[in-house]
Amino acid sequence: MDPILLYKIILCVVVFAVSLGIAAYMTWGERKLAAILQDRVGPNRAGPFGLLQPIADGIKMFMKEEMIPGASNRFLFILAPCFFMLTACMTGVVIPWGGGITIDGVTYPMQITDINIGLLYLLGVVSIGVYGIMIGGWASNNKYSLMGALRASSQMISYEVAMGLALIALVMMTGTLSLGEIARQQDEGLAYVVYQPLGFLIFIICAFAETNRAPFDLPESESELVGGYHTEYSSMKLGFFLFAEYINMFISSAVMATLYFGGYNFPFQHELGLEGNTLSIIQTVVLFAKILIFIFIFMWVRWTLPRFRYDQLMNLGWKVLLPLALANIFFTGIGMYLFGKLG
Amino acid sequence: MQNDLSHLQDYLPVLVMAFVALGFVVTTMVLTHWLGPKRKTKIKSEAFECGIESQGNARSPFSIKYFLVAILFVLFDVEVIFMYPWAVIFKDLGLFGLLEMFTFMGLMIVGLIYIIKRGALNWD
Repeated sequence: MDPILLYKIILCVVVFAVSLGIAAYMTWGERKLAAILQDRVGPNRAGPFGLLQPIADGIKMFMKEEMIPGASNRFLFILAPCFFMLTACMTGVVIPWGGGITIDGVTYPMQITDINIGLLYLLGVVSIGVYGIMIGGWASNNKYSLMGALRASSQMISYEVAMGLALIALVMMTGTLSLGEIARQQDEGLAYVVYQPLGFLIFIICAFAETNRAPFDLPESESELVGGYHTEYSSMKLGFFLFAEYINMFISSAVMATLYFGGYNFPFQHELGLEGNTLSIIQTVVLFAKILIFIFIFMWVRWTLPRFRYDQLMNLGWKVLLPLALANIFFTGIGMYLFGKLG
Repeated sequence: MQNDLSHLQDYLPVLVMAFVALGFVVTTMVLTHWLGPKRKTKIKSEAFECGIESQGNARSPFSIKYFLVAILFVLFDVEVIFMYPWAVIFKDLGLFGLLEMFTFMGLMIVGLIYIIKRGALNWD
């Protein structure tokens, strides 16, 4: 077998397993963090510091009865969580997880595939994710689920426009859509957040809305819609919906770190006198540290800010973020012209 | 322009990832179906509406606002997609490209102001 292909397959499995593992421990981290912020103890029964809690939760999900409501559309009801999980896992392929690993004189990149339309691929896969929620909410044949699904889909598509526009200002500076290339450019120059602070702000707000996280968690606002689009779900099907949300959070943290915060690069990395594999391993560790900081921000915001009202949410998306993103493109263009960056 | 398909092999790992994820999803679904207890009753399979007997069907008309948002999304997202190729080659296009895109963005803003003035985004 072709060694490169074999390596890619191994990397696929590793990235998949790491995403699942991190997502599982994010549920633990979220509960622990919520407990600290609210002056409680948090999970502490399963294992030391409750560290076995995610495993116990997983086993519980498996052993629960699988309920399919009589009035629902069976096929779509089962399809929806599978689809949602599948799209959540598909985004990890374009993210550069580190420099190259050299084995026997051959350098293997720490990125599963560096497709030249990486950013568009990301946006596309994220958009497909909306279908999982929409199908699930509709197929349940429950009024709460339907309302949750409608809210979720119109919220996600509204913020996708602003997100796409925020990225355009970045693409104007990078001149490429490949994530590997964008990460390499930030090794030579400064991290793009220095040039695109407003773009980053718009992007992170949209990322909160896209992952249905507080303060934009209206689709599953438990006080009015029970659980929103997953009201009727049980066993591992419910698990998939919750789990995919955490994977999405992990991936969007990785995307923010890669696009705006230098990816796996860190300051003065070439002055340390490290080379080859040692440097690559440190770079990967640095990337994961950046990702963990973003995940912390996601959780911190959830336990700090109250939920938006639906009209406020829509107003923020269409009347604030969209014009702001357009203004950002405008000023980026002007700035690049004035500083003589145009050909 | 010649028929160059070599870049298609970049997409092979995407397919590999899809198979890995699909394998996991299918295995999990089969396992949870097999492991969990099965005690179906008529009341359990009714839609959950906070313990009150469920009324009517959820396959009913919903607010037109959601549909309107979807239509507006299609309009704006297509405009955003138009801007991507421009943004990639923006540095080569120079001032000409910049002014052309400002015209396009101006029209986009006029459209946005129009839908806001018509109250298409008002959630009473």
